[in-house]
Amino acid sequence: MRDEVRVLIVDDEEPARILLREILGAESGVTIVGEAANGFDAVRAASEGRPEVAFLDIEMPRLNGFEVAELLSPEVAVVFVTAYDQWALKAFEIHAADYVLKPYRPERLREALTRARDRSRSGARPSPAAIAASARPEGRFAERVVVRDGAQVHVIPLDRVDWFEAQDDYVAVRTGGSKFLKLQTLAALAETLDPARFLRVHRSFVVNVERIERIELYAKNSHAAVLSDGSRLPVSRDGHARLKALLDPLSGG
Amino acid sequence: MHPILARKGRLGPYLAACAPLAAILVALLARPGALSLREAAVLAVPMTLLYAFLGLSAWYPARSLPLARGRFALLLVTHCVSAACTSAVWVFAGAGLVRVLALVPAFSALPARYALEVPVLFGAGVLLYLLSVALHYVLLAFEAAREAERRESALEVLARTAELEALKARIHPHFLFNSLNSISALVGADPAKAREMCVGLADFLRQSLSVGERAAIPLSEEIALATSYLDVERARFGGRLSFETDVSAEGAACAVPPLLLQPLVENAVVHGIATLEAGGVVRVQAERSGRRLRIVIENPYDPDAPSKRRGGLGLKMVRDRLSVVYGGEALFAARRVDGMHLAILSIPIPADA
Repeated sequence: MRDEVRVLIVDDEEPARILLREILGAESGVTIVGEAANGFDAVRAASEGRPEVAFLDIEMPRLNGFEVAELLSPEVAVVFVTAYDQWALKAFEIHAADYVLKPYRPERLREALTRARDRSRSGARPSPAAIAASARPEGRFAERVVVRDGAQVHVIPLDRVDWFEAQDDYVAVRTGGSKFLKLQTLAALAETLDPARFLRVHRSFVVNVERIERIELYAKNSHAAVLSDGSRLPVSRDGHARLKALLDPLSGG
Repeated sequence: MHPILARKGRLGPYLAACAPLAAILVALLARPGALSLREAAVLAVPMTLLYAFLGLSAWYPARSLPLARGRFALLLVTHCVSAACTSAVWVFAGAGLVRVLALVPAFSALPARYALEVPVLFGAGVLLYLLSVALHYVLLAFEAAREAERRESALEVLARTAELEALKARIHPHFLFNSLNSISALVGADPAKAREMCVGLADFLRQSLSVGERAAIPLSEEIALATSYLDVERARFGGRLSFETDVSAEGAACAVPPLLLQPLVENAVVHGIATLEAGGVVRVQAERSGRRLRIVIENPYDPDAPSKRRGGLGLKMVRDRLSVVYGGEALFAARRVDGMHLAILSIPIPADA
């Protein structure tokens, strides 16, 4: 007899949830700790039920499966269950435990469960950065950031973001006076952003270029960016060069 | 630009074809009592070369005045006037050439003899010009036929592609996979419902196959097809998906290309209803006014959902088909207003309907 495993089921289609529940529920040692029909409920159910394995559909309302994976705690082993094969590569990039194509045989799902169980026991963790990078379509930049606040999820469109700020292991997302903390490094986040819209002006700051009102010189070789809401962000020497190159490409940086 | 000058490799053969003209011109000028053979040869070669280019100018009036019934007088006047002008320019240029040649002692008598030949040359110039006009009309007709052929084959390729796309669309693989997954779920949980869904799926596939073989079907059949598609989708989405139609009896009888609405109805589900937790209504409205049929497909969608690219493919498919079937006569627009997505079609109704 194996150890108990706690499982979360997420799919927006009821028949699909019924099937997962039927097959997984019949396995010994499996406890289904939650079911959700959308990404927001999935995150809430995960924070209440503390699953070790999550079975996620990808195409869902409000948050897609990758965004849900990004918001689950890294210890949760993720199995994607979808009719679309084009996401498989991305799923393995973020170290998903398995990728099951609909429709499937019960044995295939059991196999995925075994893999996910082993994954959650071994403690191999996917990096949230890789997951975030996979949440957007190939060749395109992110359009929004998702942030979890306890059981609550915030979806923040990038045009509402004023700047991102590194804070230890987290990135603070600053939008109109509010601040959201996201478990990710600033460098990894910056990679998903359009460099024409978001610029790294300092080791710890990535700013929405549209928000910059002016650049002030406040000491020798040291600048500050003044944003339209009056906030002042430090600008490093490299950051200043990048800023000049972006805002005035003809000057040659 | 003139077709002969527009492409490399056409000028050489054209000039070669003019060589017999030079010979005829020599024979004409060297007839007894006119120029000596040597004088005729020296004059005829550059003058033929010059005419080879002047004659090309006939292309412009020929192109702007296509041969048509009832315009004979206009054609005659236009071409005669330009023939006279061209010939005059030619004869005048010939006079200049003669003066230059007269600097050589052997040709000192040439200007006087040339003056006597002017009427003959002018007449020859006019005739040659009219010949050039006739040849240009032949050339234009030839090019028009080739262009028509090219356009027709391009249209055919477009039609085939659109047909293929429509074929692919009616057996959308993800729709099938998801439906089969639902059936697989229902087999255990609700066998009667599973059986019903199998039959629904079969109905939809059978209908779309038979409909796809015809050139046009009544709108009512296209809507029946959409209904059986949505019946299958409803088994997956449950209460989230509903469907309403508002089609006038006159509109329902109008002929449409088969599977025209299918990609739009599919988009309404995949990019509309599926993005909403609470779901919504897909509404199809159609009415006939005069000789046109107007169809509107309306569905709510989540404006905050990240955009997907596949929807654009469906819209492109509809546009391609409309242009194949109706040329520029059909209108198609997609609009997003207050969380509603609207696909609006307006197509002409054939005169016999």
